[in-house]
Amino acid sequence: MKPFKTLTSTAVPLPIEDVDTDQIIPARFLKATTREGFGENLFRDWRYDKLNHPKEDFVLNNPRYSGDILVAGANFGCGSSREHAAWAIDDYGFRVVISSYFADIFRGNALNNGILPLIVTPEVLDEIFKTIEADANAKFTVDLEAQTLTNQSSGTVTSFEIDEYKKTCLLNGYDDIDFLLSQKDKIVAFEGSRVEH
Amino acid sequence: MNTLFDKIWDAHVVDTIAGGQQIFYIDRHLIHEVTSPQAFDGLRKRGIPLAHKERIVATADHNVPTINQDQPIGEPLSRKQVMMLTTNCDEFGVELYGLGHPYQGIVHVIGPELGITRPGITMVCGDSHTSTHGAFGAIAFGIGTSQVEQVMATQCLLLKKPKKMRISVDGDLQAGVTAKDVILYIISQIGTGGGTGYFVEYAGSAIRGLSMEGRMTVCNMSIEMGARGGMIAPDQTTFDYLEGREFSPKGQAWDDAVAYWKSLPTDEGAIFDKELNFRAEDIQPMVTYGTNPGMGMGVTERIPVESKIHGAAGLDKAMKYMGLQKGQPLEGMDISHVFIGSCTNSRIEDLREVVRLVGDKKVADSVTAIVVPGSQQVAKQAITEGLAEKLEAAGFEFRQAGCSACLGMNEDKIPAGKYCVSTSNRNFEGRQGPGARTILASPLTAAAAAVSGKVVDVRKF
Ligand code: SF4
Repeated sequence: MKPFKTLTSTAVPLPIEDVDTDQIIPARFLKATTREGFGENLFRDWRYDKLNHPKEDFVLNNPRYSGDILVAGANFGCGSSREHAAWAIDDYGFRVVISSYFADIFRGNALNNGILPLIVTPEVLDEIFKTIEADANAKFTVDLEAQTLTNQSSGTVTSFEIDEYKKTCLLNGYDDIDFLLSQKDKIVAFEGSRVEH
Repeated sequence: MNTLFDKIWDAHVVDTIAGGQQIFYIDRHLIHEVTSPQAFDGLRKRGIPLAHKERIVATADHNVPTINQDQPIGEPLSRKQVMMLTTNCDEFGVELYGLGHPYQGIVHVIGPELGITRPGITMVCGDSHTSTHGAFGAIAFGIGTSQVEQVMATQCLLLKKPKKMRISVDGDLQAGVTAKDVILYIISQIGTGGGTGYFVEYAGSAIRGLSMEGRMTVCNMSIEMGARGGMIAPDQTTFDYLEGREFSPKGQAWDDAVAYWKSLPTDEGAIFDKELNFRAEDIQPMVTYGTNPGMGMGVTERIPVESKIHGAAGLDKAMKYMGLQKGQPLEGMDISHVFIGSCTNSRIEDLREVVRLVGDKKVADSVTAIVVPGSQQVAKQAITEGLAEKLEAAGFEFRQAGCSACLGMNEDKIPAGKYCVSTSNRNFEGRQGPGARTILASPLTAAAAAVSGKVVDVRKF
């Protein structure tokens, strides 16, 4: 997993609530057996029409907006557990997704792929959307070590919460699996001591 | 004083590390073709074996056709993905119930019917509807592929204990109101994010009164309100369902297991982080009108003009996609497709209900209606009981087991712009195929729609 420390970037606004993983990556693109290449189908049916022409009204097709940060409405990533959603977001080039809350499985999948799901209050989320609407070139700085999000236009600094362990993993690019493998002795001892029904 | 959830969770904690993360032991792991290949690949790259291959069961369900399963899959990518599951299971020594096997079927249907699912265990699968298995009083939840790999490699996950919610439904359900209506009603009341961060226990007399099939339907859709999982305390209904199943304990082991299972229900006075109460009498047959499972209403109601749980923009977007207007009723509206299937409602009891409701009537000429059994065993039983024959005589297509039109991945899809009354669990944009418009409902409501060609109130049917 690639480490994440800090990032300064413009942001892409997606002010839609309850964005489900079927929108992030529709099921018909889940036939691949590797983790690569999902970015081209990110938000496929919102991004392209039936003839595969880009839909002009979708934000990823709007030349005004670009950057490594996706800002989305509440409950981002609900629905299916498909990690392909996180792979698609990563492959497209986003490193941070900001929302007021995330669906649990998606949040875990993002963290396992070096993507930071950054949670802010609904008020801060609203302010971020307004900032981007006013100026598509507005920059934001995410500092994971300091747990701060800085709106470079307004100068507002917001702190965000993240689990201590997950923070260490992200900063260093460690997977849970590395940690779990290092705990094998404890797991084996547990297996030996328990009565299974 | 502990909850059902606490008792099982705490018995599976290997260790607690800094920050409250816990090494959590997984008893049973179900895998399927779509979310496992990258995990097997990860093991190969690390050069490590499965921690416990005997704790894994594999099947092919999402990406399989539901006709001509004895022939090679036509679509090359699907064929490759399903074949890769076979290759991986062979290489790593995993029990596979693949196409053609008498136990093949949707993961969440085969686990319970084989007795792999049972009270008190922890179970995961790279699929969000793993919550289904909580109906037996187990902790069961969906995971991502990285976690599939973690469980394969270590039999453990690193997790923080979720908060606990109890949702009680008390009273008597009206005739024509099923488990599916109960869960669609609950989600319509609390929204798709209402359960985020929680593990839910369903309780109350209306829940206790449900069959195991009904309980599975309720727990199945826990994820649709954002909950990590759902569960129901084991009781005599649970034990009766499990006794004698293929992998259920036998003899003395059965008696010991039942004694243990009886100790699991939530103690009187145990505390939940959140409690919600609903009255069974308030629940009507439900239909969804929008593009997430929270956008549901009683079949005789009108689409809300504004909603307290969905933002105005979300409702407008949903109306545009669905080709519907705020304030309009759905009752009486023409539909052209009916899908009876999926891990929510494809069990033998669902098929029996459909046949009972349809009686001597026929599927309307304007409707394409398919019934997809959840497993080979369900299909076989439906044939033995004469249900399949009756369904076909009425004009339904009776298919082979698989996820089918639930997810728009395999060959079965609903055409763009068409309305499909579906017994599955998700009405997301494009879920049943690009542009398809899904109306979620119970098997009874779906069967009534197939016969009438319209959305109808099954109580008046
Ligand atoms: S039936 Fe649908 S929801 Fe259930 S496992 Fe299959 S695709 Fe997922």
